[in-house]
Amino acid sequence: MIPHLWNDLEGTFFPESALDYMPEDRLREVQLQRLKAVTALAYDRVPLFRERMTAKGAKPADVRRLEDVRRLPFMVKNDLRDTYPYGLFAVPMSEVVRLHASSGTTGKPIVVGYTAQDMDVWKQAIMRSLYSAGFRRADVVQNMYGYGLFTGGLGLHGGLEGIGATVIPISGGNSERQIMVMKDFGVTAVCSTPSYFIHLIEVAQKMGLDFKRDLKVRRGVFGAEPWTDHMRQYIEAASGIKAYDIYGLSEIIGPGVGNECEYQDGPHIFEDHFLVEIVDPATLEPVPDGQEGELVITTLSKQAMPVIRYRTRDITAIDIRPCRCGRTIRRIRRISRRSDDMFIIRGVNVFPTQIETALLKTEASLPHYQIVLTRKSGLDQMEVRVEVTGDMLRDSVGEMEQLQKRFARSIEQITGLHTTVTLVQPGSIPRSAGKAKRLLDTRNEA
Amino acid sequence: MKIRQLSVFLENLPGSLSGLCRILAEAGVNLSTLMLSEAGEFGLLRIITPDVEKAKQMVEHAGYAATISEVVALQVPDRPGGLASVLAALESQGISVEYMYAFAMRTGGDAIMIFRFADMDRAVVVLQKAGIGVFTAVDLFKT
Ligand SMILES: [Zn+2]
Repeated sequence: MIPHLWNDLEGTFFPESALDYMPEDRLREVQLQRLKAVTALAYDRVPLFRERMTAKGAKPADVRRLEDVRRLPFMVKNDLRDTYPYGLFAVPMSEVVRLHASSGTTGKPIVVGYTAQDMDVWKQAIMRSLYSAGFRRADVVQNMYGYGLFTGGLGLHGGLEGIGATVIPISGGNSERQIMVMKDFGVTAVCSTPSYFIHLIEVAQKMGLDFKRDLKVRRGVFGAEPWTDHMRQYIEAASGIKAYDIYGLSEIIGPGVGNECEYQDGPHIFEDHFLVEIVDPATLEPVPDGQEGELVITTLSKQAMPVIRYRTRDITAIDIRPCRCGRTIRRIRRISRRSDDMFIIRGVNVFPTQIETALLKTEASLPHYQIVLTRKSGLDQMEVRVEVTGDMLRDSVGEMEQLQKRFARSIEQITGLHTTVTLVQPGSIPRSAGKAKRLLDTRNEA
Repeated sequence: MKIRQLSVFLENLPGSLSGLCRILAEAGVNLSTLMLSEAGEFGLLRIITPDVEKAKQMVEHAGYAATISEVVALQVPDRPGGLASVLAALESQGISVEYMYAFAMRTGGDAIMIFRFADMDRAVVVLQKAGIGVFTAVDLFKT
């Protein structure tokens, strides 16, 4: 008997959520069974995985206990790029019913595929996400995630339909229209990146609307970029809604790897589908539960593209304390840092190398530069500081301003992001061991 | 006829101008005139000095970005409408001024102003035809 199955406000039964409350030993048993199966599948069908197993002298039969996952090789984002587009698929294309791709970052994008069963797994994971955040069939939901190749929009869409909510597939952008729809359609719940929603709160204020009085929005799931408790407090205080963190990444499945429950204390991971480990990003050795490190995820149920020991670059810890909600699936701490240079701004992945490419399009030689990320009234801002060299310098303020604009345009063409370019004096960007510090991220200092 | 001027890139930060002046003073560079032109977060400091090459070396050595460009130094009559008459002579020939600034005032004499034109060569011809005094570097630094 699991009392928490009936813990929602309407007292209705939601069978999918039963999996969130599986007895722990049963959950580990399911995980082991599935880990064995996914290891065998990848070994049989994915050459890259088989080669790496062989190099390690490992065989699928070596997985006897859950801890044996540590015998398996890691995967990183580059593996998805190097095998572009279908090199990691474990099924023929006739079995693949959906493709998604990441925003093209350095060169090629990454492509992920789903079988019909994968789509089901994904949909159910998102249904469980939404349900734990209190979304119900009576909700009218404005889905402001981007629709298209990005996993966010269509992923959430499927889950929202799954729980029977009314979906408004509005996608991102056009802030005033978003507010108008929110008001006129009687929207009760939203899906958005946190920074975009904070922006909307301010747009609503400018339009003379009081979020709490004039709008019916009561809750939202927010993700696709790291965000802080400070942002949550702001969102909740300024709009009167409850803001829940939804965790996911395209390489694994998209949104729906985990989601916060009503206690809003870090996302519960849907462990029956995703096996999580925390490793030291430098040594790749496992760290004890509860300690911080890089999150590594293995997909336990996916067929089209099984992903084994994927290094997410997200820094977090597994929270071993039982949650007051009664779910047995464990939580991770909310992600606010990433372990490598790649940064996420307004839901877009950006690499410093892209900025370099943009600068080199404008100037023959690469100037020293620094990317500065700040958060201004909740919206992420990117500033690129460029050191002026004698070669770049012209005896005309107008020409220097033109140069600034050319840099900004070039960066926008490559990343799709609006940016401020600031010209600075040579040597003003801090260097360590001769290398300029390329990224200064102050977004989480607020 | 043209004067070589040093332009230095400066961020609009407290102390960036004074720091640069200190470097030049310590190097013994004699500054005849300085003019700061600003645009938002940055500015260009324009320097007229007899030691333009040395000044460039010094500021670059101190880590500034600098470039040498050409300007002309004109004699502007010290009477009402003096500047207007110079500008009128240029305008009538379609010469546009990119910027200008005061150089110095000779005691009891005319003003000297530094001009930068879009087309420097043609400007010099026009100025000479109009009988406006154009200083050579030698003359300028004697004043
Ligand atoms: Zn919970």
